[in-house]
Amino acid sequence: MSRLASVRGQIERLGSGLSSQVWRVGFASRFLAYMLLHSGTALRRFHLTIAEIYFAGVLSLVIILVSGLFVGMVLGLQGYETLQRFGASESLGVLVALSLVRELGPVVAGLLFASRAGSAITAEIGLMKATEQLSAMEMMAVDPVARVVAPRFWGGVLSMPLLAALFSAMGVFGGYLVGVQLIGVDAGAFWSQMQAAVDLRNDILNGVYKSIVFGIAVTWIAVFEGYDAVPTAEGVSRATTRTVVTSSLAILALDFVLTALMFTGGNGQ
Amino acid sequence: MNRSTIDLWVGVFVVMGFVALIFLALRVGNLASFSTGETYQVLAKFSNIGGLKVRAPVKSAGVVVGRIVEIRFDNESYEAVVAMDIEQAYRFPRDTTAKILTSGILGEQYVGLEAGGDDKMLADGERLRLTQSAVVLENLISQFLFNKAAEGKPAEK
Repeated sequence: MSRLASVRGQIERLGSGLSSQVWRVGFASRFLAYMLLHSGTALRRFHLTIAEIYFAGVLSLVIILVSGLFVGMVLGLQGYETLQRFGASESLGVLVALSLVRELGPVVAGLLFASRAGSAITAEIGLMKATEQLSAMEMMAVDPVARVVAPRFWGGVLSMPLLAALFSAMGVFGGYLVGVQLIGVDAGAFWSQMQAAVDLRNDILNGVYKSIVFGIAVTWIAVFEGYDAVPTAEGVSRATTRTVVTSSLAILALDFVLTALMFTGGNGQ
Repeated sequence: MNRSTIDLWVGVFVVMGFVALIFLALRVGNLASFSTGETYQVLAKFSNIGGLKVRAPVKSAGVVVGRIVEIRFDNESYEAVVAMDIEQAYRFPRDTTAKILTSGILGEQYVGLEAGGDDKMLADGERLRLTQSAVVLENLISQFLFNKAAEGKPAEK
């Protein structure tokens, strides 16, 4: 009898967990719609958004640039090792540029952005909620979503494509440093094969679209988790963890979907 | 940090981001070699196009003069119809030969144009009469083996 009850209890927990997740997705969507409708303030008083671009974009520059450089350098080394077995070491530029522009640029920059800026956004909004600053704003007839959440959202969304582009450019430079300067691949072949293989619309613009989608996903998750956080110290810390985990998973899953849509249909390059 | 300093840094960040995008477009991508000039379209029928792809270059004497814009299958002659846009600056005689060639052993395939001696020049929408299909490795090997077998027979006697 007691075993039956425990099994029943587990099924109930599973069901309530599932339904609360679905509830959260619904609330998050409603929250996004509300925020988009009330982002007029963030765009009119643009210095609010500028301050958030500074926070999310400028302060992430160092980590993005340094990681981009190292990722490009590793690609240069690894790519050379593999390509020279087939006598195709001149194609190193193609390998470095395509893998950065199509995949690694948006994805790794997105992951770094989620852990560097997304977690900070969640913690900030969550703490504002825990210390009842958001309620105080409401008391003063200031909409906290329009004043606090929307500028952070737009700051993140605007920063992310630029960060991904900087990551890719830095990575290509890192690949050039290792491939051409260190190993001695011919510089002319490195650049000309790269230019011949990388297409503006198919590769570069698709990479930019990816980074825009990732930027929206990460900042949406970050502001929602902060706004929805349980207003205690523990709740805020949990929300911050959830932001990093959820947005990393979202980036990887979205990346698969976007890649399947962008690079499989039609004639390739 | 006061507001104007933040504005300065955000400005630096945005400029850097756009410089990176322009670097990707011009130095990494092929925007610089992307011609926006006027083109005219020429068709050619091939019995086999091998691995030719849309957007592959059209070259004459090694110089890129155009790009493949469309490849389709003609259900009446059972041949591939290749449409290529050639830049207006380059004119070719009407008896120009189109060949499907490969750059290097494993390189990409492209269409090579060899000018003929006709006085009249190709106009938009015209079809090239003289074409040479892609070399298919399997056909080449079977031909080679067939020739070897034919050679071997009289030697036995």
